[in-house]
Amino acid sequence: MRHTGTTMLVVLNKDAYSIQREQDVILFRNRVKEFAVRIGMGVVNQTKLITAASELVRNMLRYANGGDVLIEVITRGRENGIRLTFKDQGPGIPDIKQAMQDGFSTGRSLGLGLPGTKRLVSEFDIKSTVGVGTTVTIVKWKNG
Amino acid sequence: MGPFLLVTIQVDLYDRLALMLESDLVQAISKSGAQGVLIDISAVSIVDSFMGRIIGNIASMARLLDAHTVVVGMQPAVAITLIELGLTLPGVQTALNVEKGMQLLQSRIRVADSEEDAPHGDDDAGSPE
Repeated sequence: MRHTGTTMLVVLNKDAYSIQREQDVILFRNRVKEFAVRIGMGVVNQTKLITAASELVRNMLRYANGGDVLIEVITRGRENGIRLTFKDQGPGIPDIKQAMQDGFSTGRSLGLGLPGTKRLVSEFDIKSTVGVGTTVTIVKWKNG
Repeated sequence: MGPFLLVTIQVDLYDRLALMLESDLVQAISKSGAQGVLIDISAVSIVDSFMGRIIGNIASMARLLDAHTVVVGMQPAVAITLIELGLTLPGVQTALNVEKGMQLLQSRIRVADSEEDAPHGDDDAGSPE
């Protein structure tokens, strides 16, 4: 629990998943959907959140051979939302600024992974250390 | 007019399944000589960049095999998400539902046929007089 400005962010519920195979992607997406439905998130925001989650989990499999995801129901003030934390122990991203540019990709993807994903969510944070791994945290507020 | 292939995707596909669909479909176009492919994605709730790429690939591959592809039934939330994600699916024809998709395919194939027939002077019945 931490203070963000005047309102406090509280974690109401959480669950952790390990992503090792591509089949885990669909299962994980279904879990995210269950959490989003439970807090009454609308279909458009649900779709944006799940699509963002799908992009990030795919990155994790492609670049880091998998990793761990934490799903949390959070509340701040009157707002409820879902926070997802993707943590891998892959090669890390040497230049995050470059990776966040539209059109940049080192893999076989279309290069809209990270910036595209960021546009779909309310909050986006990425931390990466070369040789240690990458952690991406996204938040989608119910009405955000 | 060649036959149409109608593909209904009923579940959210994981990567290998989507790649299998791609290759199966291209084989089926070649085998059947279909001139039109209609892909119904009304039951698909998530189209991410991978799935979008597969749909684009299918359309491009079908085009190389002389078939037109129309994607029908996209959910509004999927359309909103695709555009925000930055995926505009260039080269993919869409229609609102199966019926409109069929009409689009028929009209496209008629246009292609009449272009082929034009030098032979084939025309529809009923002269202006």
